[in-house]
Amino acid sequence: MSTLARTEEATAAPEPGTRRGRPAASLAKTRLTNRWATLAALVIAALWTVPTIGLLVSSFRPAQQVRTTGWWTLFQNWGFTTDNYTAVLQAGNSQLTMAGSFINSIAITLPATVIPLVLATLAAYAFAWMRFPGRDLIFVLVFALQIVPIQMALVPLLRLFAAGELFGVPVIGAFGSAGYAQVWIAHTIFALPLAIFLLHNFIAEIPNEIIEAARVDGASHGQIFFRIVLPLTAPAIAAFSIFQFLWVWNDLLVALIFADGAVAPITKLLAEITGSRGQDWHLLTAGAFVAMIVPLAVFFALQRYFVRGLMAGSAKG
Amino acid sequence: MTTFLQWLSTLPTLAQIPIIIGVFGAVVLLLLFLIELAPRRGRKYTIIRAVACVLFPLLMVAILDSYTWAIVAAGFLGLLLFWLDYRSRHGAGYIFALVGFLSPALLLLAAGLVIPTIQTTVQSFMNSRGTEFVGLENFIWIFTQPAGIRTVLNTVLWVLIAPAVSTIAGMAYAVFIDKSRGEKFFKILVFMPMAISFVGASIIWRFVYTARPADSDQIGLLNQVIVWAGGEPVQFLQESPWNTVALIAVLIWVQTGFAMVILSAAIKGVPIEQLEAAELDGASAWQRFANVTLPGIRSSLVVVLTTISIASLKVFDIVRTMTAGANDTSVIANEMYTQFRNFEAGRSAAFALILFLMVMPIVIYNARQIKMQRELR
Repeated sequence: MSTLARTEEATAAPEPGTRRGRPAASLAKTRLTNRWATLAALVIAALWTVPTIGLLVSSFRPAQQVRTTGWWTLFQNWGFTTDNYTAVLQAGNSQLTMAGSFINSIAITLPATVIPLVLATLAAYAFAWMRFPGRDLIFVLVFALQIVPIQMALVPLLRLFAAGELFGVPVIGAFGSAGYAQVWIAHTIFALPLAIFLLHNFIAEIPNEIIEAARVDGASHGQIFFRIVLPLTAPAIAAFSIFQFLWVWNDLLVALIFADGAVAPITKLLAEITGSRGQDWHLLTAGAFVAMIVPLAVFFALQRYFVRGLMAGSAKG
Repeated sequence: MTTFLQWLSTLPTLAQIPIIIGVFGAVVLLLLFLIELAPRRGRKYTIIRAVACVLFPLLMVAILDSYTWAIVAAGFLGLLLFWLDYRSRHGAGYIFALVGFLSPALLLLAAGLVIPTIQTTVQSFMNSRGTEFVGLENFIWIFTQPAGIRTVLNTVLWVLIAPAVSTIAGMAYAVFIDKSRGEKFFKILVFMPMAISFVGASIIWRFVYTARPADSDQIGLLNQVIVWAGGEPVQFLQESPWNTVALIAVLIWVQTGFAMVILSAAIKGVPIEQLEAAELDGASAWQRFANVTLPGIRSSLVVVLTTISIASLKVFDIVRTMTAGANDTSVIANEMYTQFRNFEAGRSAAFALILFLMVMPIVIYNARQIKMQRELR
């Protein structure tokens, strides 16, 4: 379809001499576009889509067929079944099934999205609109933390949760095996630097006049935060929540270290199955799709906001 | 808090979500309420503030189940806070509000990132149990055995290939589909892998790479293509060094959409007048791209390259799920986890520190860029 559109454009384009009066948009249309570019775009689009389609198709084919024939022979080897999904939801390890780990993923992801965003919004407001000595320095430090690999923090943090000690000094009560708490706190900590940085950029962009006017009217910081900053930055907060949600849902490393045993999320179980039953493609394809279904649904439903969050994160970073 | 968390973990999974979010929300609302009260004048509010200043640190210590001397310290800190707050230049209540806004995030960051980073650095110079100082032994171990060198080299390979290829592919795609009919749809196709986890992506690509003996039907798409072209099936994930390239392809597949979306927006931001002027001067499409568009999207290119470089340095899930580091495919992040699992805390920390040092130049470069942009503003 797009090839056709291009050809039309190319033939409809006027001679070089008459280009001067053309609207800007149609000039842009012809830059760098020709048949080869269109072909390359189509190849890229196919390369990026076909593997996922293959996975989806295979997940619905009978186990025997998945094992012996390619999914592209679907029409010669007809057959659809949902057995793979039933089987994979009951598969798992001694402590947990896939279905259980799916629930775990939800239980991990929702609090781990809400908590860091609230804390980050509070801190971002202080960095943007409150004056205190060393503000810029502390803010740069927070920014720098963003790029410290979380690998640096994993093991000491695990020890902190398990023993409650920092440098051998007890500071908190240990809660090593208490459900999801470890993962929530770990995700919260790892999300904070980026969240503070991004939300600060948004909150700092609110025009000074608005805040000043509120102050002159006698509004306190609490009121300014609630009545002005929160409503104005709500879209940014929403965009970043989607980001954080997907990031936590898709995480494996933090889960491997902090969510063991019965509280493991679906990514961890899936990785486990890949290791132990790597040739059972009927299970793997269905399992991968179960794990993908929530992020894909979020992606397709909220795609516009997701892009907005991405742009916010990059255009200013 | 320990008691609360332990009680919470006994509840049904889905019931835990509203409870934890509700409790957290209540605490934040109380905090905001106190911040709101803080700057008010009058003896009553001053007393409330004084009480809150002492009670909050106390409460925190109590929540954290800590010890008697810590409670005394908290009381002292609280009074100090109140005194400072009372004499604050910005009016009484200012420091109270400031601490209220900032302290939760900063305390978590200090306890969860800053101190652990220092601890890991120290740990990398200790033996496996962290009991004895061994100097550079862990690093010498990494750089004297072939597998260790291989791991570091692989990471370098990742950071050289993945950012370059995904940025170029993303940029090419963004340019090719720019202003075309169905642009949005085409964007979604390439962008979609961003939503798929690395674990999911790894399974997708393991399936594409699967090889079966030459005499039977192939079920992996890539090998089928090779067979159609008259070749022999290849074990993509077993033959070094190409297996690392096969893994890198997965990261490229995921990250290209990100590069494409960012660069596409940047390309649309290039002033149309400049492009028109260049065209009037007789510049070809390629010249216009190289001399007008490319300089115009430079800062976005830096952002995209930086982000993907950091992602490639830290790559873990893909290697873990696809090969677990077998057949010479290991990378630093994977090796760090493997050593941790083998109770070699010192070596694990040494790998983490190497990773940190490799990320450092990128951080410094970006910090400078931000500083430059701020000065421009």
